[in-house]
Amino acid sequence: MIQTFFNPEIIVAAWPIVLSGLWNTILLSLIVVPLGLLGGLILALLASIHHPLVRWPLMAWVDFFRAFPPLVLLVLLFAGLPFAGLELGGFACVAIAFFLNTGAYYGEIFRAGIDSVPNGQVEAARSTGLGRLQAMRYVVLPQAVRNVLPDLLSNTLEVVKLTSLGSVVAVPELLYEARQAQSVTYNPTPIVMAAVIYFLILWPVVRLLSRLENRALAGRR
Amino acid sequence: MGGWDRFVDTFFNAKVMEKYLPDILSGVVVTIELALLIVVSGLAAGLALALLRSLGVRPLNWLIVFVVDLFRSLPPLVIIVLMYFGLPYAGPSPSGFVSTWLSLALVLMAFSEEIFWAGITSIPRGQWEASRSTGLSYSQTLFNVILPQAFRLTIPPLTNRTIAITKGTALGTVVAVTEILGQASSAVSNSYNPSPLMMGAAAYIVLFLPVVVAARWIEAKFAWKR
Repeated sequence: MIQTFFNPEIIVAAWPIVLSGLWNTILLSLIVVPLGLLGGLILALLASIHHPLVRWPLMAWVDFFRAFPPLVLLVLLFAGLPFAGLELGGFACVAIAFFLNTGAYYGEIFRAGIDSVPNGQVEAARSTGLGRLQAMRYVVLPQAVRNVLPDLLSNTLEVVKLTSLGSVVAVPELLYEARQAQSVTYNPTPIVMAAVIYFLILWPVVRLLSRLENRALAGRR
Repeated sequence: MGGWDRFVDTFFNAKVMEKYLPDILSGVVVTIELALLIVVSGLAAGLALALLRSLGVRPLNWLIVFVVDLFRSLPPLVIIVLMYFGLPYAGPSPSGFVSTWLSLALVLMAFSEEIFWAGITSIPRGQWEASRSTGLSYSQTLFNVILPQAFRLTIPPLTNRTIAITKGTALGTVVAVTEILGQASSAVSNSYNPSPLMMGAAAYIVLFLPVVVAARWIEAKFAWKR
């Protein structure tokens, strides 16, 4: 059992490959999380214009990406666009797909945050002479973000986990490199290594979230 | 042929679509089967774990928390790959369908256990004590007093999570499950035309958009009034 799943020789041999995959996963996360946050912020700011002509298309946009599996979006970009003469490569496809998909999720969270700040705050800020954007920037957003911090963190965890989809379009992240190493060594140890690495990195985040969520739900009654 | 015609001919080619429609439809059936299996078994297992946890046996609870944390930390695709490509080295070789089903059911179990548990713990102790003192048994208290209140609290986060995980059925394509994406991808490489992929995308929207809209409605209905 240990020889099969935790083979020491293979751990040593596969370590450099798996490690380079880990760096790429970290790099990928550092790119797609800010991209998603940016997309979400844009959506939420648009949604704060309470106009039906803005609100309905926006809701349709968000619901579309909540219904659409991210992997399908990724494959559509990666395998579909070349037929339109646009070959983007795996990395760019992941970036675009994440901007669209996770942007929609972050957007819903930011929107809930902005809604949670009482309207009187905006009125008070505006009456002190702040402009509409200034009121948003200095008064509403800081409180909104604080109110939804657990949800933001929880979504970020999901985004980091989702970077493993990059392996499907040959982005050399952790899962991809582990599978390469597995197919060379005919041994599942590299995949187990990848799983252990994901777990060790993300477990503290899960623990923290679990505490925050329990507190939030208990405090709501 | 103008640019628009060429675009339509490439991405919405009627001949190709007609030819591969049966494949996509059979993919839809597999996706629905997989999704239903995941939702039913995942939620049932999650509720069962939360109920076990409410018994308050220390070592058992540590084990439950560890299992839940494990499946919340690991990316679903990693679990699927591990089960499909790794498990055969130890003996059992689950099919792609079974690997995807079990993996996503375990993930849903973990997330829903957390949510059910948070719902149960949010009911004040006094309610337990009050209903026990009126002569209700432990299970009567649980099922008639605690759970009805807890469920209400858990429904919005639960619907969100369930949809997000059920969409993961598309991951099955990595381990050769013939669900929508798998069927569409192989049709694209056979026909050298992206139309099947567009059909697949449309199929996902037809399947999941009503669920998302329904979830929005449910969320609004069960939302706690501030």
